[in-house]
Amino acid sequence: MTQITYVSVDDTEHTVNATDGESLMRAALQNDVPGIVGECGGELTCGTCHIYVSNEWSDRVAPQSEGERELLSMMDDVRPESRLACQIRVHPDMHGFTSRISDHQ
Amino acid sequence: MSGESSAGGPRSYDVLIVGAGQAGVQTAMSLRQGGFSGSIAIVDAENELPYERPPLSKAYLRGDAEVGEFRFRSADYWTKNSIDLISGMTVESVDVEAHEVLTGVGLRIGYSHLVWAAGGRARRLTVPGADLSGVFSLRNHADAERLRGSLVGARNAVIIGGGYIGLEAAAALVQRGVSVTVIEVQERLLARVTCAAVSDFYSDLHRASGTTVLLSSGVEQILGEHDHVAGVQLSDGQILPADLVIVGVGLIPNVEPLAAAGVVCSNGVEVDGDCRTSVPHIFAVGDCANYKSPFAGGIRVRLESVPNAVEHGKAVASAILSTPNEGMTPPWFWSHQFDTRLQTVGLQAGHDEAILRGEPGQSKFSVIYLRGGRVVALDCINSIADFAQGKLLVAQGTPATAEELADTSIQLKSLTTKVP
Repeated sequence: MTQITYVSVDDTEHTVNATDGESLMRAALQNDVPGIVGECGGELTCGTCHIYVSNEWSDRVAPQSEGERELLSMMDDVRPESRLACQIRVHPDMHGFTSRISDHQ
Repeated sequence: MSGESSAGGPRSYDVLIVGAGQAGVQTAMSLRQGGFSGSIAIVDAENELPYERPPLSKAYLRGDAEVGEFRFRSADYWTKNSIDLISGMTVESVDVEAHEVLTGVGLRIGYSHLVWAAGGRARRLTVPGADLSGVFSLRNHADAERLRGSLVGARNAVIIGGGYIGLEAAAALVQRGVSVTVIEVQERLLARVTCAAVSDFYSDLHRASGTTVLLSSGVEQILGEHDHVAGVQLSDGQILPADLVIVGVGLIPNVEPLAAAGVVCSNGVEVDGDCRTSVPHIFAVGDCANYKSPFAGGIRVRLESVPNAVEHGKAVASAILSTPNEGMTPPWFWSHQFDTRLQTVGLQAGHDEAILRGEPGQSKFSVIYLRGGRVVALDCINSIADFAQGKLLVAQGTPATAEELADTSIQLKSLTTKVP
């Protein structure tokens, strides 16, 4: 289990114990974190698990694939720190990982 | 907040949802998200916490995921949000006058609003042998569990039906080392949902993985030994050995109780843009509902997809809450077989032109469908950019020429700036 925090649009923090190996999207759904939808189940199709990962954490997770970049490029409110939570797998080095949930899902 | 569920008393809910699939669950979640404070219950035939269906024919069948990994929400969610899950019960009839449903175990449940989200059941074959053990459909968790169990030690599988379910199952079985034959009665795979170029790509993909794909082939009978499937005999007499058979030949919408209650049904329950049926206070959503889609030129369509179910659930919640309906976005869908990702947006039926963009030989291309010179749909194979950008073209009904659509040096989104 790895401790992960999601910050909602209204600045509420949701800290969950995520299972290593599952995605940040699944961990959010399993712990009822509001704001992450994950409509396509992680198939890089819907873009409804849009989060912002700060520089401090971005190099501890796998980089964007071409597909993730392509999908993000067409979404609202995209920033350099935008990621899709379904594409990031939880691992023990991520203990304390914090991301902010985008208002645009 | 809760219904009148005191011991012995009649149960009644402000919103009673029949079916705990994507559409039913979305309705309940959107109602709570929108601040609905009335009582909500979901009645479902299955005896387990609601789960997503798409992984059943993919990661679950491969053995890469368990159902606990793709439940919609945790067990706590339902309690915390006061959504009663009434599991293991089917609804047998609806009393429109009394505003109540009768379940298979004789329980009556009242409603102020009824949301019919009962989905459908797998169509069965009528050929001899269709009831043998070892013949499977794939619709719910129990189906997938039985099917996956039967793969242990299985050598040969025959899959009847070259649609999405059949092909996804074929990919999963091959990845588990089972030898697979796919039988399709039409002259190409996915014939009902895509064009020949995409069909051919999928035949090649599956054949390259070692699967035998038989097109224009009918099934005469399923052969058994000691009540268990042993083979499949085709119309031309050929016999294929089989340790198991998967039948993926479509879905029959579950509408009978509503139809018997006088709700207008054709191919599914007829609903309007808010998913209201012909009877007041009764809505229908998801796979079992058909509606006039602006993306199909206003004709009625019944779509079997997650995004459609989600949109319906949101529409019903808005109607009950009297908040504005967000409106319809173009239908979309995905399928994942081996490492190949198909993403489709819009409805291609009725197109008069299909433009190939990219190179199927490189496993990265799109087909763009036009009707009257405007973009109505795209099928994108491993082309996420085309899919993401093509959504806009379909939403706007963008006019475009074959030349510009086929030119991969032109980004699709640049075409949207033209006034339709």
